Amino acid sequence: MTAPLLELRDVVRHFGGVKALDGVSLSIMPGEIHCLAGENGSGKSTLIKIVSGVNTIDRGHILVDGTLVDTMTPRLAIAHGIQVIYQDFSLFGNLTVAENLALGAEVRAGRRLVNWRRMRAHAQAAVDRLGVALDLDATVDSLPTSGRQLVAIARALMADPLLLIMDEPTTTLTSREVAALFDVVRDIQSRGIAVLFVSHKMREMLAISERITILRSGLVVAGGPIGQFDEAGITRLMTGSEIAEDPYLWDASPATHPVLAVRDLSVRGVLHDINLTIGAGEIVGVSGLLGSGRTELALALFGLLPSYTGTVQIDGRDVALRSVRHAIANRIAYVPEDRLTEGLFLPESIDINLLCASFDRLSRGGVLRPEAMRDAAASAIRDMAIATPTGERPVVELSGGNQQRVVIGRWLLRHPRILILNGPTVGVDVGSKAGIHRTVRRLAREHGMAVIMISDDLPELIGNCNRVLVMHRGRLVDEVADTRNGPYETRRAERALSDRLRELA
Amino acid sequence: MSNTLTPVLSGRADSPRLAWVLKRPELGVGGLAVVAMVVIGSINPAFWDAANLFSLLRANVITGILALGVMIVMLSGGIDVSFPAFAIAAMYLTIKGMIALGYDGVVLPFAVATMIGLLLGLINGLFVYGLRMIPLIVTLGTGTAVRGLLLGAVGSSQINIDRMPPALIGFGRLEFLRSVGGGNGLSTMVVLYAALAVMVHLMLRHTLIGRSIFALGGSEEAARRAGFNVRTTIFFIYGMAGALAGCTGLLHGSMIWVANPRDMVGIELDVIAAVVLGGTSIFGGRGSVMGTMLGVFTLVLLTNSLIIMHIDTTWQRIVTGSIVILAAAATSWRDRRIAA
Repeated sequence: MTAPLLELRDVVRHFGGVKALDGVSLSIMPGEIHCLAGENGSGKSTLIKIVSGVNTIDRGHILVDGTLVDTMTPRLAIAHGIQVIYQDFSLFGNLTVAENLALGAEVRAGRRLVNWRRMRAHAQAAVDRLGVALDLDATVDSLPTSGRQLVAIARALMADPLLLIMDEPTTTLTSREVAALFDVVRDIQSRGIAVLFVSHKMREMLAISERITILRSGLVVAGGPIGQFDEAGITRLMTGSEIAEDPYLWDASPATHPVLAVRDLSVRGVLHDINLTIGAGEIVGVSGLLGSGRTELALALFGLLPSYTGTVQIDGRDVALRSVRHAIANRIAYVPEDRLTEGLFLPESIDINLLCASFDRLSRGGVLRPEAMRDAAASAIRDMAIATPTGERPVVELSGGNQQRVVIGRWLLRHPRILILNGPTVGVDVGSKAGIHRTVRRLAREHGMAVIMISDDLPELIGNCNRVLVMHRGRLVDEVADTRNGPYETRRAERALSDRLRELA
Repeated sequence: MSNTLTPVLSGRADSPRLAWVLKRPELGVGGLAVVAMVVIGSINPAFWDAANLFSLLRANVITGILALGVMIVMLSGGIDVSFPAFAIAAMYLTIKGMIALGYDGVVLPFAVATMIGLLLGLINGLFVYGLRMIPLIVTLGTGTAVRGLLLGAVGSSQINIDRMPPALIGFGRLEFLRSVGGGNGLSTMVVLYAALAVMVHLMLRHTLIGRSIFALGGSEEAARRAGFNVRTTIFFIYGMAGALAGCTGLLHGSMIWVANPRDMVGIELDVIAAVVLGGTSIFGGRGSVMGTMLGVFTLVLLTNSLIIMHIDTTWQRIVTGSIVILAAAATSWRDRRIAA
């Protein structure tokens, strides 16, 4: 039996008082495609940094080719043939493909002068080795994401690696680009190079990985050949949440108008003939593969795709959603997937983050009213059950779950009729997650809001929505679970949804 | 080897022709210069006199060398507004010293002025790298402090031609092609400027430290991961900008035969305007020596021609201010276009 290419034994790593990795063992065989699955905050990034020598370990062992490595350093990791492609690719957008590929080698060779012919030849060889056609003279900024990724892969292969680690490689790719990426990865594998995918996008990983290791809160919770797992099972292991036994029940109240009625909504190239009606108090799930148009649907409703055709009615009135301002004026709220870059002012206080979308309501004649602000912030903290002694703490000090509550709370202060949640609990720990779900359900019921919940987390959708829609190639193609036909059995619904998504992949 | 999927990935600008133009900002500013010259020449044909063209080129020298330094800083994603203060401090200190010691000469004083500029520049580097401070704030602070220190501790009186070291003035007056210009030759300082420009170009294009400046302007994190020593690069950048400023300061004094410690106030905007006009991105990572020289030429052309055309000099400031805004708008449009 051959020794694993890389083996971690009972690795422990703390950051301050937090245990990022709590006795993690993992082995990667030569030439295999391995998937490291886990939610944000599960310890995936720490694990990459330990393997690549950026972070040291507090306890445990690292073995390469069966030999113990005392202290892993970045230089040593590279010497052992370990290459990491980070999510941001670490490329120079202002430089050409050729220079991006060849510059690192020039630096490491300790050269002082640049030989452009030699650099170009190096770059050409790297591109040829990958078997893709890349214009060496194009600046990297001018390439699409998939092209930049190829540059990053080609650069990593220049070091003759034995293990290529790719951090969330499919996050910003369309489904066609993912397929092309997988062709490249299989080709890399055919040369005996092992690939470690680090991801929380399970559906794609199932298609290519041979073995999987699942991390949760710094612990390996499961691992083995991929055939032993299905998507719902992996998600359950990653999140640790047991699926709710009772789905969210919704009684169609005899209201005259639905809250949201969308007719023939289309946006060229991304959305096609979307018809959707959501009543007061409904929570409607939207699932779909990457690039299915689910995020675009949210963007269109939030006024970010102003070139749409079709009609949107809110409470029976026709509305034009040509800008975010229109959407907000029509009481639509959108909580984006990436709250850190799109939603929060991290160094600012909880209060400011809660109130910043409502200053118009909290002022008179352009002057803010302090007591109205205090009351609003306090009520939002109470409503969203944000765990903090004071609203003056900077948001950056809160846990992921509490940060997410702040983002949702901000929009609730505007008393929305329609609340769109995109990945509402990504990177949120299990306990917090259940709390957020409870809050969303309560708010939908009490305020008669229409909630659209977009998520990759199937148990989340099944457990909280009274029906789940499936999108594919910009169309609504299916409606999987519908409590209007009576309560369903959650596990069966989850399996049905999982199967449906796999058919579409 | 073959792969089933071989997409050709190349630049995605709207058309190959537009992409070609976008990559060459020199064309835009060069075209602007040609148009301006034709227009000005048709209004006042005296513009084309060799004497006028020579004086125009001479007027490029000081702004031009300073612009080379600022361009290097801007390529790395930083900015420098301290260089006029450094230039004047280097000049005034050097000339004061020469008078005090009774020394006259050219090479040693220039070496001293350059060293003073270099040291001051390294102080900028210390703050920018060591304390991770924003370059604009650092250089505003060091520039102001150096100016204050110069006036307060060294002297505030102007040194006029009667007390200026003769060798320096002689150097500043060197010229050639006198027969072409009808008695007024082309200043030899233009050659010095051209030589420095070639040197900076070679440094940026063909040395690894030069490429590290571009890399830093592209992404500091990626530069670190690629193995560049970011500290060395930052000290090099600010040191180089300071050295160029120090050298230029003394050159300025010897060309105008006066050492005025209150000189060059507000010139930073002109220089930055010229650099931006030459296609250097205010976000770093893009720009060239050729573009910068053309930017300087165009700016000097426009502002000087206002004088020839008897337009009030206050309009120069309006032209400069407008150029900064228009050129920055054009480059950021270009950057968005490339990254579209």
